[in-house]
Amino acid sequence: MSNMRNLIVLLLLGVGLVRIASAQTAGAVTPGPGLDLSGSWAPVLHEDFPERIPGPELVYYSGLPINDAARLFALSWDSSRLTVPEHQCQVHVSPYMYRGPMQLRIWEERDPQSQRVIAIRQYIQNYEQNRTIWMDGREHPPEGAAHTWMGFSTGKWEGGILSIYTTHIKDGWVRRNGLPESDQATLMEHFIRHGNIFTHVSIVTDPVYLTEPLIKTEDFLQVIPQGQNWVYPCESVVEIQRPRGAVPHYLPGENPFLHDYADHMKIPLEAALGGAETMYPEYQMKLAGKK
Amino acid sequence: MIRKTLFAVSVAGTILAVLRAQSAAPTFDITTLHVQGNVYMLQGAGGNVAVQTGDMGVVVVDTGLEAASGKLIAAIKKLSEKPLQYIINTHAHPDHVGGNDAVRRVGTTITGANVAGNLTDATQGAQIIAHENVLNRMSAPTGKQAAFAFGFWPTETYVSGQKEIHFNDEPIEVRWQPNAHTDGDSLVIFRRSDVVATGDIFTTLSFPYIDIDRGGSIQGEINALNNIIDIAIPKHEEEGGTYIIPGHGRICDEFDVVEYRDMVTIIRDRIQNAIKKGQTLDQIKNGKLTLDYDARWGAKTGFGTTANFVESVYKSLTAKK
Repeated sequence: MSNMRNLIVLLLLGVGLVRIASAQTAGAVTPGPGLDLSGSWAPVLHEDFPERIPGPELVYYSGLPINDAARLFALSWDSSRLTVPEHQCQVHVSPYMYRGPMQLRIWEERDPQSQRVIAIRQYIQNYEQNRTIWMDGREHPPEGAAHTWMGFSTGKWEGGILSIYTTHIKDGWVRRNGLPESDQATLMEHFIRHGNIFTHVSIVTDPVYLTEPLIKTEDFLQVIPQGQNWVYPCESVVEIQRPRGAVPHYLPGENPFLHDYADHMKIPLEAALGGAETMYPEYQMKLAGKK
Repeated sequence: MIRKTLFAVSVAGTILAVLRAQSAAPTFDITTLHVQGNVYMLQGAGGNVAVQTGDMGVVVVDTGLEAASGKLIAAIKKLSEKPLQYIINTHAHPDHVGGNDAVRRVGTTITGANVAGNLTDATQGAQIIAHENVLNRMSAPTGKQAAFAFGFWPTETYVSGQKEIHFNDEPIEVRWQPNAHTDGDSLVIFRRSDVVATGDIFTTLSFPYIDIDRGGSIQGEINALNNIIDIAIPKHEEEGGTYIIPGHGRICDEFDVVEYRDMVTIIRDRIQNAIKKGQTLDQIKNGKLTLDYDARWGAKTGFGTTANFVESVYKSLTAKK
């Protein structure tokens, strides 16, 4: 009995210590390992490589929780849309940006008096994007404010993890083969540092085109820049003469590439057309059962 | 003319019904956002209101709903106590001209001394500038019932091309957009601030409302959207630069209008294709031709619903030339 009582006391003490430790770290800005992401970083591209460097094939929507609206949008999308001058310099929105072949520089902006962190700044080579993550507790802008490629971001340290919430993002894509992301999407991110590597976790919620949140990860490796010029100049030009205002697209049911990916990969078309079900391992069992 | 009056009453009624659905008693709380340069966007009075301020005074683009005019005037005065000299109407709908009379009364027209000396009311109230078709929609010949009372009417109209003003050290262009949302739409371009107020040619809250009965058309709407895109110049990688104040919704830049233009053009093409195949309006309405855009742009009530938009495009495309 005495041993049991001692065990209970020890357990209660343990729970209490954990709670105290949690209270000290939650929301607190205590410099320490993992709490500074400053430096230059390069992506480690082993994860989802075919999608990230060669680029996704047309009508390859597998593994994404898209709805019917997103599917129709993408099937109507003609890649010639990107030759329209106003689309030529279209930037990857922040939920997609970290998939790209980008160099990334991160630094802190501190109040000169108190040395508190006001913001964490990022320069992203891809499309020369400057991103600010406000750390000073400010509110997000009102609904009427403009949207940007990177959106408006606020962050906080949760233990050793930088967690960021982003709103006011422009229309973009969840996969750069026409699958859309709406300007109603919001983004949660976690930057998790392990020495000279950090993992970026993104969770996109889009009430217009996704049926459930889309979660992705990428890794970045710390690098020492050796004089590279991290620029990405983009200037649009008329590449193809078209009638004024022409928008390349396929009419419903007329996408000529509908079966290409599915046939190439020898998978049923329904698997290529994506949806939440295609994200989960059980889907393979379902397809196997159909054969 | 009774049709005009009925139209105004019906539009105002629908707008108020939407507002009532959102809130039991509309409070018309005005939110002021600085857009760029000398230009601000005021939200909450019905349609968006653009305000340009400077040493010479104040220019107001559209005046919201009549019921909101008191709060709108208070919000304008917070931006500047200088004389409100010009009101510009982008079109004739009540959620954009409803405050004309009240806002005009707090303004002033600065005239030449000889004129002011002889006409005691010459300086009373601000000028109201609009395309002539706006005046035609709001007024009526003597003896007929007008859609709006005299005090709401434009005081200075233009008939084609554009009207130009130079005010607060800024060139301002008022460019007619024929047969777009209505037959009297104007874009208002603040050239130094680099801001364009579009009226209801462009909104971020719904599909376009093409008022076929008041001269609107799908091709005019697309032409006007392309005109906005031609005017706007992004600062960097299709972002920033020229800012756009839509008739309703949030501040935008060129790319937002591009996405909207793409959507409207694609739906126009799909409906045109369905018409060529001999489909009826009902078949087209049931054909889910706007499915990819409905969740974002299909308003639940009011004018910008999917059904309204599809019907207006169909009517516009099948109208006899």
